[in-house]
Formats: sequence, C-alpha cells, structure tokens
Amino acid sequence: MDIKVAGETATAEEREAVDDVLGPPRSGWTGGAPSPMDQRVALGGRQARAQRHLLLPTLHAIQDRVGYCSHGAVNYLCERLTIPPAEAYAVASGYALLALEPRPARVVHVCDDLACRMAGADRLCDELGRRLGPEGSGGGSGGSTWMRSPCLGRCDTPVAALVQQAGDRRQRSEVSVGALSVEEALRLLTPPYPDPPPPGGRDIVVEGSPLRLLGRVGVVDPDDLSSYRAHGGYAALRRAVALGQEAVIREVQDARLLGRGGAAFPTGRKWDAVARAPERPHYLVCNADESEPGTFKDRVLMEADPFAVLEAMTIAAFASGCERGYLYVRGEYPLARRRIDNAIAQAREHGFLGEDVLGRGFAFDVEVRRGAGAYICGEETALFNSIEGKRAEPRNKPPFPTAVGLFGKPTLVNNVETLVNVLEIIERGAGAFAAVGTAESTGTRLFCLSGSIERPGLYEAPMGITLRELLERAGGVRGRLRTVLLGGAAGSFTAPDQLDVPLSFEGTRACGLTLGSGVVMPIDDEADLNGFVLRIARFFRDESCGQCVPCRVGTVRQEEALLRLIHGRLDGERDGQMALLRDVAQVMRDASICGLGQTAGSAAESAIRLNLLAARGSAPA
Amino acid sequence: MFGAGGGTSSYREIEETDLIILWGSNARETHPIFFHHVLKGVRAGARLYAVDPRRTSSAQWADTWLGIDVGTDISLANAMAREIIHAGLHNPEFIERATTGFAAYRRAVEPYTLERAERETGVPAAAIKDVAHAYARADRAQICWTLGITEHHNAVDNVLALINLALLTGHVGRYGCGLNPLRGQNNVQGGGDMGAIPNKLPGFQDVEDAALRAKFDQAWNCHVPDRRGWHLSQMFEAMERGDLTSLYVIGENPAQSEADQQHAMHLLEHLDHLVVQDIFLTQTAQLAHVVLPAAAGWCESEGTVTSSERRVQRVRKALEPPDGARDDIEIICEIARRLGHDWGHPSSADVWNEVRRLSPMHAGMSYRRLEELGGIQWPCPDETHPGSLFLHGRLWQDPVGGPRAPFSAVQQEPPVDELSDDFPIRLTTGRRLDSFNTGVQSGGYSSPLREGEFLHLAPEDGKELQVADGERVRVSSRRGSLEVPVRYDPACRPGLAFMTLHFPDQTATNILTIDATDPKSGTAEFKASAIRVEKLAPAATGRA
Repeated sequence: MDIKVAGETATAEEREAVDDVLGPPRSGWTGGAPSPMDQRVALGGRQARAQRHLLLPTLHAIQDRVGYCSHGAVNYLCERLTIPPAEAYAVASGYALLALEPRPARVVHVCDDLACRMAGADRLCDELGRRLGPEGSGGGSGGSTWMRSPCLGRCDTPVAALVQQAGDRRQRSEVSVGALSVEEALRLLTPPYPDPPPPGGRDIVVEGSPLRLLGRVGVVDPDDLSSYRAHGGYAALRRAVALGQEAVIREVQDARLLGRGGAAFPTGRKWDAVARAPERPHYLVCNADESEPGTFKDRVLMEADPFAVLEAMTIAAFASGCERGYLYVRGEYPLARRRIDNAIAQAREHGFLGEDVLGRGFAFDVEVRRGAGAYICGEETALFNSIEGKRAEPRNKPPFPTAVGLFGKPTLVNNVETLVNVLEIIERGAGAFAAVGTAESTGTRLFCLSGSIERPGLYEAPMGITLRELLERAGGVRGRLRTVLLGGAAGSFTAPDQLDVPLSFEGTRACGLTLGSGVVMPIDDEADLNGFVLRIARFFRDESCGQCVPCRVGTVRQEEALLRLIHGRLDGERDGQMALLRDVAQVMRDASICGLGQTAGSAAESAIRLNLLAARGSAPA
Repeated sequence: MFGAGGGTSSYREIEETDLIILWGSNARETHPIFFHHVLKGVRAGARLYAVDPRRTSSAQWADTWLGIDVGTDISLANAMAREIIHAGLHNPEFIERATTGFAAYRRAVEPYTLERAERETGVPAAAIKDVAHAYARADRAQICWTLGITEHHNAVDNVLALINLALLTGHVGRYGCGLNPLRGQNNVQGGGDMGAIPNKLPGFQDVEDAALRAKFDQAWNCHVPDRRGWHLSQMFEAMERGDLTSLYVIGENPAQSEADQQHAMHLLEHLDHLVVQDIFLTQTAQLAHVVLPAAAGWCESEGTVTSSERRVQRVRKALEPPDGARDDIEIICEIARRLGHDWGHPSSADVWNEVRRLSPMHAGMSYRRLEELGGIQWPCPDETHPGSLFLHGRLWQDPVGGPRAPFSAVQQEPPVDELSDDFPIRLTTGRRLDSFNTGVQSGGYSSPLREGEFLHLAPEDGKELQVADGERVRVSSRRGSLEVPVRYDPACRPGLAFMTLHFPDQTATNILTIDATDPKSGTAEFKASAIRVEKLAPAATGRA
C-alpha cells in the first residue's frame, strides 16, 4: 500500500504505547531504526495487513497513554500497519470515546441519557458547566474535563459516570461510578484526585424467581475460579463434552432458545449452521457491546459472574467448531473487562481455555476486544468490522455471519445473556429449560428496570410475566404512571392500559411492542417527556454510522421535525410534522441497512401515537 | 514470446493466480488499470513480489520487495533458476516434453550461485532463495514486467531470462500462469498486431518468410520488400550516416522521447524531408516540413484497439474532428492517391476486413462479433472460435502441439554507461501516475499530483552532497547536463537517482540518458545512466 504520512511524528512515549501492542518495528520501512538491509529487502503486504485487526486496540493504547489519539502517534501506527492515515482517521472518528484533538488526561463522562436524565442529569451537567465551563473545555483544575455521554449502562444507580485517567501504567485508571452528585463530580475532577471507588460500587439489586441466570450473582466471588467451581461452575462444560457436539446443538434446538440481543433468532439453528459450515476456521463472537440505552444486564453478568460467560462461550465453541473466540466488551464497562480478563487468565491456567480444553482434545481461546463508544457495534456485522480494524459499519446481509462473518469466515455471534442461558439448558436439559416461560418464548428473561420505579435493578422472570406483575415485583411505580418505555431507545412507549401485556416475544409482538434488550423504564407524569423523546432522537442522530442514506438523513430529519413539533404553535403545522415523522420512520424502517436505522423512528412514532408529546406551554391533549 | 508478440494471460487470470512477480514494473503508477486487477488477485490471496531498484508504490503493496541494482536482472533470474534446479523444484516432465535446450541452459546458469547473485544484484541471498522457492512451488504463478526489463541495452536477453524461469517451472500455457509484458497505452499491442514493427507483417507474420510474403504480394498487388526494415534506433543511426533522409512520423514525438535528446534533435533538424501526422503540434511537428493534423483515434474515428490481454475492441466515433483534421485512413489514402495509387475511400470496416483476410489470428473477428462478445482475444482463426483466454496451451498437449519452446541461455552484462568517480550515481528513469511519457497526451490535463520534474535522490545522498530537499542542482552525464530541483525520496537507496521524461520543455531528462540500444529490439537503455550531482554556485541557487 502506498501511504503518504505527513505532519507530526510520534513522541517516544507514543511509540512505546504503539509498540506495546504491536511489538517492536521490524525494519526502517515500518518505523524502526533504518538498517542497510532496508535498502534491499522490504517485507510487508499481507504480513502488515494481517495486523489490521490491532488498529482499535492500538488506538486505545495511544489514548490511554497520552489522553487522545494524537496525530503523530496515529501516523506512526499507520506506518506500522500500512494503513493510510485517512483510513485510520475514518475508524477512530467513528468512536465517541476516542478523542482526535488534545484533551486533558482526566475526563469524567457524565451520562445524560434516559434513566439518568430522569434522575436529574441535565441539572447536574448545567451545574458542572456553570462551575467548570462547557463540556470538553478543560475547565477543571489540573488538567481535567467533563463531558456528556450517552447511556453508560448504570441506569439502576443514576446518575452514572465514567472516569478515565490517561498516563503510564502506574497513572492510568478507568472506572465507572453510579449515584453521581455535583459534589462527587467536582471531587473527581479536582486534584488531588480521589482513589477510584472500590470495584463493584454499591450493591446491585438482583431479584427473581426462579433465579437461573442470576443465581450466582452476588453469591460467587467473581475474581476466583475456585469459588465459581464451588458454585457449580464448569459442570455444564463437562456435560457438554460428554454429550458431544451434535447432542449439544440438539439440546439447544430442543430448548427453543431465542436470541436475547434483540432479534430473537433461534440460537440452535445458528449453532447448527456454523457447525456445518465447511469453510475453516470458525470464529465465535460474544456480543457484549451492550449499548441500548436503559440496558445493563450483560454488564451485571460479566461483572458478577464472568466465568459463566466464558464457560458458555466454550460450550458454544465446542459445539460449533470454533477455535478462537472474541468477547467484545463495551468500552464503557471497565470493571467487566477487568473481571473477564482475570477470568480468562485463570481459566487458561487451569486448562479451561487453551490448546487442550479439559484435556479433551479441543482447542479454544478467547480474546477480549474493548469497544470505544459506538452503539452501532452492537450490530453484529458492524462489530465484525470493528474487530477487523475497519470502520464500524454494518455489512449487507446476506451473506449471513454463519457463512461469511468475522474475517470472512463462518462465525457464531451470540449475546451474553443468550450464551449464559446455554449453561442452564445443558445442566438441566432442554425439557426442563423449556418448561419455564411460554410455548414460543422459553426460559427466563432478564429485565433492566430503571426510571420511575421504587427498586431499580436487574430482574429475572419467566418469559410471559405481565408488565404489571414485573413492575409490582420492583416495588411499583414511583409517582403516577404516564407510560413505560419497553426495549430501550430502539423500542417503543406503551400506554398505561397495556400493563397486562405478557412479556414474551410473541406477547409483545401482538401488541406492536418489542422486548428488545429487556429495558423496562416506567415514566411518571412529572417527567419531561418532550426532552426524553428528543434525547432519543439525538441519540440516534449521533449514533447513525452514516453509511446508508435513510438512516443518516432520516435521523437528522426526525430530530428536526420533533423540535418543530414541540416548539411549534400552529395546529396545521403540527399535523404536517407528525405526518413527516411517520414518513421518515417508514423510510428508515424499509430502507436502512441495519437494525439501527430500522428502529430509529420507533420510539418517536409510538410517542406520537400515544399523544405523549406536548407543544411547549400547552398541556398534553 | 515463442513467436507471438503478446502477453500470455488474460487480466482475469491475475485475479486468480497464487503468486505474482512484478519485475521492473511500477504498475501501480504506470499501469493503474492492470494494477487494479493485480490488487484483486492480492486481495484474493496471491503473494506479490516486486523486483525493482526503487521501493516504488507498487513495491509497497508487495509481500516482499527485492531492491535489485539497476541492470542486474539476468543475474537474479539465473540465480533463481540455479536455485530451483538444485532444490529439485523444476518441472522435468514439462521440460522434457515441451522445451528444448535445457541442458545448455542448466550449464549456463550453474555459475550463478546465490552468493554471486547477492554480490551482483545487491539482494540478500536468502531473499533470492525465498522468491525462487515461492515461484517454483506456486501452483499458479505469473511474471509481469515493463520497461524496467526492456529499456536496457540487453532488453531481449532480459526478457529471455524471465521466459526461461517460466519454462523451467511450467508456469506458462496454463490458466492463471504466464508471462506478461504490460503495455503502456491502450493500443501498443494493436500497433504490433498491425505490423508496425520492422520484421513483421500484420498478425506477427515474418516479413522474411517468402510464403507469407507472397500472400501479401498477391493481396496488395505489389512487391513487399523481402528484408526486415529498421527499428527506431537504427533509423537514427541511418540518419546519422545519411542513409535516411526523409521521415514520416505518425503519432510519435521522437524529438523528446529519444535518448540523448540533443543528438536526436540535431538529426531530425537536418532531414531533407520530415512529415509529422499528429493530433498535437508536438516538438517533432514543430521541426517538420509538413504537418498533417489527424483526428483523435479514441473519439474522432472508427476502428479497433488491442489491449495488453490481446483483446481486440471496437472504437467508435463520438465527435467530428475539428476543421482541417482528418482521419488517419483518409490521410494515408490521399497520400497514396497523390503518389499515383488510387486506393479509393475505404471505411475502417473495409480495412479491418482486409486484416482479417491476411492475418489468420484475426480472421474470426468480424465487427459484429467484436461488438457482441465485447471484444475478442487473439488468436481467433474463424467465426466459430471464442478467442483465446491464454496462449501456449499447446505446450501442455501430449505430444506438444507445434514446435517446442526453446530455453535461451543468457549471461549477465552490466549497463553500458559505467559508474565512475566522475559519474558515481546511477540514474534510472520512469513514469509517474498522472503523466504519460513526454506529456503530450497528459500535460493538457491538470493534476493535483503534478509538480514538475525532480531528481529523486536518497536522503542520505542529499545530505552527503549538502543539497537540501527542493534545492536546484546540476545533473551531468557523459552526454550533457541540466538543472533540476532535488526531491528526497526514501524509495531510492544511496547511489540511486530517479527522473521522469514527463516535462521535456522544463527538464530535458533525455539529455542525460544514453542511446546504447539493444541490437535485437532497438530499445535504448533509458534505465541506466551514470550521473553526477553538483550543488549550484551560490548565485544560481537563488532560483531554488
């Protein structure tokens, strides 16, 4: 590849950060010290291109070290990987957590998304702005700044924040916290900086009966393999290996497990397709890029029961013939990443991962990939592109991942919650698993309750539980219920008279709703619904990857129309804007490449249908 | 090769091959369309090797770049051959059945040890061994070359050395394998097809073959000379001797494209009669006694062109030529008429059908079929023939169809223009992505990349000579000297410099080049001049 690298060069510490990931450069042509041999032989081509997948990890390494992806460091990285700088820029600029301009080493990202908004995030941000200057301004003393952020996946303890400190190995840290107050935010932004709060933070509210997916949460020591094994860990893997590949797939098929990531695809069918794919190698990808606003279930599973995630991945890999797995963890989940990293190390040490798993002659290992703040990476093919070091844009389907997935090979991609269900299926058998839930939606489901609810938290309940029952389990609605947002930003609002909807795939579908990622967010009549819906519109406008027109343009038009609708005065114009919103939603649904665009108009549409939006100054009709 | 003057393979074959050696070709810049096919091959998994003195933009795409010294290609090729033979990686069945002269070839390459080749080419022995083994072991492998092979005083020997490698390994005559010289224009191949070479009649039929000649004599009702004509370099030698006094130049700009330019200009200026037929008033045209304005071949006339993959394609007229400019066929027929021969007013289709009657390889290519099939690759002997994807499949027939392919033992010879203390730097010339040859066809279009001429120099040499990047210097060869700004270019190693001939009015690069030509092909050694680079006197540097 002929590359023109111009401008700044990397500093010593930036080169070190890059070399830590890529290893030392091998010749003068790739940024190393020139040698006479360089003038006669240059090795490159596929050898360099084969490292392309390290682009994102290296960008992280640069930012972790110097606080942002500096021009010089990216130039050096491009020389190492033979990537044109424009392409690296295209990749880096697609991630909200990566900064391309200088910024202070310490950043506090304050969530102002749905649940945190309802808990006063806007007021908190306004106060920070007054005291420290606008977001990103570096107004905090001693080189720190604050920024607004989309959902950080701590909706049960709003307001959430992510604190990042760049520097060398000793200095850098990353931690996410809940229940942020103005005082706490200022403390986090003013030197001497406090030690990061202990991992785990406050207690997670976890409830349910039966407790199948969450049985070990809060009980097991998440950092200790022995503790996991003492609580029944790795029994399922042993049983799976005893059953054999085909029998495992049959169990999953018989259990009629449907994917929990949002699309509700039959998991067993996916496993079977990958297992049968003739091309090798097969890859396993665990999608832990949980970024649907209002969702935090996968975070809890990874933070509190990381070995279970690995065990389930190992079973999936065993059944479908994958030797390599990627666990793609949201960039906003530092604790989950640490726990998983530690779990992988322990599992390798004890032969649960590696060349010869359990001594049964099959190889499987897991690599953790750290997201960088891109909702689109939750889409499976965008996630593949992200792992491959490309711009995270969804691919056209077909071909489907089971045939052409990660690195163009057959790939099994499952969500964390989906995988953890497999442990249950293998341990108890398909029949016992399917005995819970409804005929079409078997098993239990994790529900993320936040918003106007007495006891926010993660709830496990059989599929088919009614919305009313679920809200009651969580202590009931706080205040007078106006509506419930089901399924997150990509979901829709329900009317208070729909509380008897059974929360199963078919039950919600019959009411024109979606379970989505399991978000259940009741909203009381005091909440600012206009602002809430606008926040959703802004979220999609920000997160659209820009690849296809219906979504790129549609999400902007949607936000504009909502603004006109909310601030408009004339009734005639109001009708026009509503019609426009419906049209835009229709076009996005019909013509977008991926689920992001297809669902980007869903919440706004349902808000209009339920007449939830009020013209400014007037009471809702 | 083996009698047919064209590349053996189709473009699509390079997309499906396993290994590609770009030898003396910066196709990324000089053949961007072909390189796009190469990239498809690379993306599909082909290994790419680049043999080039410079680490060109093509070489940057390669898995391995071999930074050979200018003019040592035969040493490298012969050493590869010896290594392949010693490692037992050659193809004895193919050699036995389809080739001749292997024993002599084997003896000839025996002295070319890896160590000797490392000494002569500068490429480490391990890298030579690697490329030899990779080439021999590949199921499908292609060698592609351009002027880095042919613009040498021993151009034909260079080509033969590459052909030998393909014969040794059986990498020719099979799908995905082959030997491919890349053509610099859309219709270089077509010129050869139509007999615009001194020893061939249309369809690569030898002019010195009496039987073939008789066919043309009869068709044209005249006597075709029984000896081959002069190639371009011989023409200039004949001008020098006074044997050639009149010249009819069609679509060529020798006043600026010939090596040793001052000398060439001098000869052209002193011709008795110079006629230039062109679409531009070139430097050569400005010297002419008569200029015949021609219609532009690609948009103002009907006809065909032949691409590097031997594909004959129709060209259709889109525009009327400007007033006074006339179609080439019309001009030639009018000249014939005034010389006393009435050829009438043939259309391009009439002329093409005459080609089909006389050239067996084109016989099956009616205009109708060319249109229907989107072009046809020769040979296409009759109207039921689909055309030929690749050449020399006959070598894999058992027994071989037609004559066996000969090995041709060749020996390394250094460039004619030797390096010395006075002229210590090797200058090689070439082209850039956005310009073509002397710029006649490309200079009229603006390009963001075009910044005029530079002497590309290793940064180490620049520092040694104490000239800054961008500073004007004096460059001298044994033939002349000029001033040009320097550009530091890490693609050049110390001792190696690079220039183009894109800006002859600004920088007459060919003042420096040597007109040492290959007696067999007539190509001058543009790729190897010895130069000296000097800092300008302080008064002159103000212009930098």
